[in-house]
Amino acid sequence: MAIGVKRMRRPERDVSYLRATLKGMAVTFRHVFRRAVTMQYPEQTAQEGFWSIDPRWRGTHRMLTDEQGRAKCVACGLCPQICPANCIKLVPGEDEQGNRYPLIYEIDEFRCVFCGYCQEVCPEEAIHVGVHYENAEYDRERFVYDLERLCAQTHPVSTLWDPSDPKGE
Amino acid sequence: MSPELKGLLLVSVIQVVGLFAALLTGVILVVWIERRGSALLQDRRGPNRVGPFGLLQNVADGLKNLIKEEVVPAGADKVLFQLAPLLSFVPSLIMFAVIPFAAPLPPFDITLPLLGHVVHQAPVAAMVADLPIGFLFIIAVSSVAVYGVVLAGWSSNSKYSLLGGLRASAQMISYELTIGLSLVVVLLLAGNVPLSQVVGFQQRTVWFVLAATLGYILFHIAAFAETNRLPFDLPEAEAELVAGYHAEYSAMKYAMYPLSEFAALITMSALIATLFFGGWDIPFTHWDEQVATAWTGEAVARFLLTNLAFLGKTLFFVWVYVWVRWTVPRFRYDQLMYLGWKVLLPVALAYVVVMAAAVLLLERAGVPQDWRYGMALFLVNIPLVAALVLGLDRQRLIAGTRRRTRVEA
Repeated sequence: MAIGVKRMRRPERDVSYLRATLKGMAVTFRHVFRRAVTMQYPEQTAQEGFWSIDPRWRGTHRMLTDEQGRAKCVACGLCPQICPANCIKLVPGEDEQGNRYPLIYEIDEFRCVFCGYCQEVCPEEAIHVGVHYENAEYDRERFVYDLERLCAQTHPVSTLWDPSDPKGE
Repeated sequence: MSPELKGLLLVSVIQVVGLFAALLTGVILVVWIERRGSALLQDRRGPNRVGPFGLLQNVADGLKNLIKEEVVPAGADKVLFQLAPLLSFVPSLIMFAVIPFAAPLPPFDITLPLLGHVVHQAPVAAMVADLPIGFLFIIAVSSVAVYGVVLAGWSSNSKYSLLGGLRASAQMISYELTIGLSLVVVLLLAGNVPLSQVVGFQQRTVWFVLAATLGYILFHIAAFAETNRLPFDLPEAEAELVAGYHAEYSAMKYAMYPLSEFAALITMSALIATLFFGGWDIPFTHWDEQVATAWTGEAVARFLLTNLAFLGKTLFFVWVYVWVRWTVPRFRYDQLMYLGWKVLLPVALAYVVVMAAAVLLLERAGVPQDWRYGMALFLVNIPLVAALVLGLDRQRLIAGTRRRTRVEA
């Protein structure tokens, strides 16, 4: 019993098995001389220029600090307000001069959806999403970053998307 | 024990052990070539963590398979289930026994510690067994491999394995015919059956890839099907089916199947090199054909260089196997059968007739058996190959079902 296979009407030069095979062999052989695209990750990292992550990458957060090493945050409450994942915990405080500062500032990186709204909304350019992806921890609790930890991050911060320069030029 | 017997035993033991060790190392090496080669063809790097250049990756994989649990399915035929992996692994190793892998070494007459006086009067052939029935041996032993496949499928007590085994054995039996028939042409030309004589004949005339081009093409295609490699890897077809005949195997018994596939790959490559590419012959020189009589540096160098030539040719065909595997997609099953029975087999049959007539005519005409003999046969081959290529090229293969059924739109 023959199997009824629907046969398309194609030009003969396009369906010749021999020619297609030889052409394919030539194509694969050309790839022998191409450079492997694999990055040897633990040895090579994105910083070494093999390929790099985009400056608009939105990774784990970083809190910028002023000259005295204090967090720039003024505890205005905009970032927990706008956060769609509700992952920012902020308890504001006030010192003797009337300056507001965060008593508690925690970000749960597990809840975070890395939308970058906190960075966009921040009037003091204090909280940022970072260009960073090596976040492994041994413990779930370690993913709640407190203020001290956020200030201690050193990785570059995201440039986000600029509506007036949509292609990042 | 006479010194002659001791010499014979010594040579045999060294050859058997040496060849066995070389083949098993070769299997590991070829798996490495396959993995790194596929990575090269796909712009990847392949395994590179275990050992230098990832060479020990396969050792690690083998070790992992050795310490895994062996599962024997309920209701499986215990004896045959154990026997089947061996039956598919051993033939490809045995087949290598009749393949000469270098120029013969000179005879020796020496006194060794422990062994005493050992003598080997004839030149030491660089092959385990210079069988006068080398051809029949190859054809016979290569058929045994089918038993490994079909018994694995049957003894597993699984309908999927059984169907896989039947599918695989149907394929292997179909293409064995083509293998046998394309070897008949070599037999017609060389006249002698030991493989060492086949190599000798090619050294005197031309390589059989010229004298029997079409035979080579047929043999190469059938060899792909015989070793279950892409584009004929329907027995495994890992993208569409679950493994097939070895679906129920685990641990080292499973690993025997990939290993035997690669052992068969080496043997087939060596066979192609020996039968059609002059074996250990170094082209364009007659230096390698002189028979050594004394243990000089030249004799040893000749042995090593011819061995290198043989290795180079074999590895080249191993590479072709890998290259084709990562280029060509799989045949449909009806296309596979169509190619085997309706294209390769009739072509091989007709080719035997044509070549027999050509050889007869050349002998009647009294053409001496040197390069002229080979080139005359090459001239016969050119139109035949052209006809085959044209015939295949006119989409007979890709549309194998065209003339048999009309599909209603």
